Amino acid sequence: MSESYEVVIGLEVHVELKTASKLFCGCTNLFGQEPNTHTCPVCLGMPGALPVLNQQAVALATRAALALSCDVHPFSKFDRKQYFYPDLPKAYQISQYDQPLATEGHVTIRGEFGMRSIGIERIHLEEDAGKLNHIGQRLGDATGSLVDLNRAGVPLIEIVSRPDMHSPEEARLYLTELRTVLSYLDISDLRMEEGSMRCDANISLRPSSYTGSLVDLPRVEIKNVNSFRNVQRGIEHEIVRQKALLEQGIRVVKETRGFDDAAGTTYSQRSKEAANDYRYFPEPDLPPLILDTEWLEAQKREMPDLPEALRHSLTTEGLVSRDVEVLVQDRALYGFWREVVAIFPDVKLVTNWLLSDYSRHMNAQGLSFDTPGVSAEHLAQLLGLIQDGTLSGKMAKEVLEAMFTTKESPEAVVQRLGLSQITDQEAIRVIVAEVITANPGVVADFQGGKDKALAFLVGQVMKATKGQAKPNLVNSLLREAIASHV
Amino acid sequence: MASLTWDAVEMVRRVQSGEVSALELVDAALERIADVDANIGAFLYVDDNGARDAASRIDSDLTREQKERLPLAGIPVAIKDNLVTREMPTTAGSKILEGFRSPYNATVVERLLAAGAIPVGKVNLDEFAMGSSTEHSAYQVTRNPWDPTRVPGGSSGGSAAAVAAGMVPLALGSDTGGSIRTPASYCGVVGMKPTYGRVSRYGLIAFASSLDQVGPFARTVRDAVLLLHVITGKDPHDATSVDVMPTQATVAAVEPSRMRIGLPEEYFGDGIDPKVRTRVDGALETLRGLGATLVPISLPHTRYAIATYYLIANAEASSNLSRYDGVRYGFREAAPDLIQMYANTRSLGFGREVRRRILLGTHALSAGYYDAYYLKAQKVRTLIRRDFEQAFSQVDLIVTPTVPDLPFKFGEREVDPLQMYLTDIFTVTTNLAGLPGLSQPIGLTDGLPVGLQWIAPALQEERILGMAQALESVLPVPSWPMQGGSSQ
Repeated sequence: MSESYEVVIGLEVHVELKTASKLFCGCTNLFGQEPNTHTCPVCLGMPGALPVLNQQAVALATRAALALSCDVHPFSKFDRKQYFYPDLPKAYQISQYDQPLATEGHVTIRGEFGMRSIGIERIHLEEDAGKLNHIGQRLGDATGSLVDLNRAGVPLIEIVSRPDMHSPEEARLYLTELRTVLSYLDISDLRMEEGSMRCDANISLRPSSYTGSLVDLPRVEIKNVNSFRNVQRGIEHEIVRQKALLEQGIRVVKETRGFDDAAGTTYSQRSKEAANDYRYFPEPDLPPLILDTEWLEAQKREMPDLPEALRHSLTTEGLVSRDVEVLVQDRALYGFWREVVAIFPDVKLVTNWLLSDYSRHMNAQGLSFDTPGVSAEHLAQLLGLIQDGTLSGKMAKEVLEAMFTTKESPEAVVQRLGLSQITDQEAIRVIVAEVITANPGVVADFQGGKDKALAFLVGQVMKATKGQAKPNLVNSLLREAIASHV
Repeated sequence: MASLTWDAVEMVRRVQSGEVSALELVDAALERIADVDANIGAFLYVDDNGARDAASRIDSDLTREQKERLPLAGIPVAIKDNLVTREMPTTAGSKILEGFRSPYNATVVERLLAAGAIPVGKVNLDEFAMGSSTEHSAYQVTRNPWDPTRVPGGSSGGSAAAVAAGMVPLALGSDTGGSIRTPASYCGVVGMKPTYGRVSRYGLIAFASSLDQVGPFARTVRDAVLLLHVITGKDPHDATSVDVMPTQATVAAVEPSRMRIGLPEEYFGDGIDPKVRTRVDGALETLRGLGATLVPISLPHTRYAIATYYLIANAEASSNLSRYDGVRYGFREAAPDLIQMYANTRSLGFGREVRRRILLGTHALSAGYYDAYYLKAQKVRTLIRRDFEQAFSQVDLIVTPTVPDLPFKFGEREVDPLQMYLTDIFTVTTNLAGLPGLSQPIGLTDGLPVGLQWIAPALQEERILGMAQALESVLPVPSWPMQGGSSQ
């Protein structure tokens, strides 16, 4: 009996919003500060303290929901999710349960399979918990834990996908596209390594003979994986593990598992069958969140250009799809590209240089396009020197490398290195004449029909000009001189 | 010489005119507390030095004009110990907050200070305001100044007793299901629960967030008006506070002969102590004498009110009290692991009644029970609210007895918690509907006070206060308990 299995994956992504202050109090929202220096009675859960909703967080969450094509609900409400843990000062998290801010969106992914739409079930606003720092090498032998509540109350959105992904690769593509879309909204740092973007993956295998409902399949949740790559690896391992169990006739247990980066495997954390009862109920300290229709319309009008629109316009501008993807997926790179093109409108030349040599230097220097190593103006000037023939491509590469080191303008580098291409025809004619005189045999070969002989002569002229002559020009002047030499 | 027989309005007038100093008033209050509170047990903490310093500052630093801008210049005030204060400890009557000092003042405390009031101390309550007798404080019992063998009512028993015994002219309390009005009735003082949202809850230690409201205690209606004026108004720290003008500083004129007053049949049935009934009937006669029209009405869902109230209040309480976990402040009972630390801390830190309510509330919110309990209770709450809306389409105000009976003896209702819960039967409905309610004294029976409860539509506090003052002005001037001091 051979059963086949369909992989079913759903992702829950938490994104910290880049607001000035926390979700329910005036404390500054900053990563990497001294522990417990950004706290107040509200985020410390002091007796008598009350939450007041941060309107900027509502605006940023709404922007995310609109960008992901969700229905944004003019009426939503907050609920308390209750559990005890030292990083949760009130012993409940203010979240949104049965009436979230937004529902029914989607993300489009592209791959060898073509294009697929991955559904988004809901997006809701909630507060982050604090952080525990365990004293000791590992959690198992920690001698104590220190609570840092700077992060407590930081605004989060949780984006819950539908179980629409069927391979680890699709999950990775979904995450990449999600981050790309969000990056254009300027609502979050989106750094997995700093926790400003976090991902939990739900994986189940559906046997081909299974006819029941998806939600009834035993689901394994991999929690808090720290990179897209590891989300993919975790899922890959889960598929193998669950398949092996099913093939041995062993039931998959509904549970939460962690990911071991070194081993590339998942491990059991806690069984969900004895799961927390969160005892959700409506937060009585906050009135329902009512979005004004005009406000919502204004938010829609103020949406920036999003990746889908950019892909379309870049394709129209003549870029190949591979380049389009590279540009769109890095908002800062795209922004830089736009800057350069605004000064120097040869789209193809800009794209070629930016995505090859320029990007290579950026990578080598560990820079991101938020802080370009060479300014858009200087790059545009360099491309101008190529276009007007002052520099050969080879020389331009050398100049760009120097620019990355010294931050000089291309003209300054050209002058300093004496690199300018010789375009003075008389100067080249003199050298051409010398080369013809010095190589009568080769000239004769060329005249006899050996085309290759000309290449040798061109090489000799280039050598004599230290490579600064324009090869095409040398070629035509040689032909001209040999023809008249007869 | 300062006299504690003056009401607050009189005291303010004299401080502002310089006839008496704030320090003299505060000293008189502190002396009275020292003299009688050993027998009453209203105060959990008295801040002698802080109060004297604050009074001296008013006397020495302020010009007459500056004092005239302070509506409570130099007035000693007692604060229920579930309102957080930076300068004094805050316990909520619970061991779990033993030694706790708040890093901030409740908004109402800030408003008192800004008005020139002098907080003299923190007063007793049932632990976390859960109770109707003030017997459930972890620290002490508070006795009824009219009969020290009887309870003062609760949970704001300390506030009511401190005002009734003449220790302070004004006190702040909180009311979740009757916690201001019940002790006001039992102690023979004026106590008001304002409309939900009228007064900021920021810094009020939450019991049931959708029901809690801070309010004034005073011996006269005009004093209650004065204190209410100071504490009402929108607070940016409380998202549920309503954005309307504060109530007026003086009593608004009300024409009793234009008032239609509803008498809900459900509040005048069996189960009322006949002595209470006689007193209330007397007050109703007096209202008729003032020209008011008394109209029988019905609030048909009243019989579900106690069940509804205890489901909602306990559910919210179970959540609000979760933060007392031994991690950040207050009492902690150490244990080898986290879960055991939580269990030990909360088992030993909370009293029996609080634990009972946390368990009931947790159960009501649990998976599989939420719909049957919490959700159902919310639906009934809506029906109770509609009862009042319907009633107020016919009448301007509603009057009822505040409590069905006279103050009971210590321990009398300890055996059967349900019996204790029924003390609030006439007061919980206004909390469920978010309406303003006031209890005013209407005389003594067997030497014990009886209270009359007024209920108005939302934000119509001034209608209640006007009518309560009209009634007060024609009732005999009340005598005060313990006039001669502790020897009484």
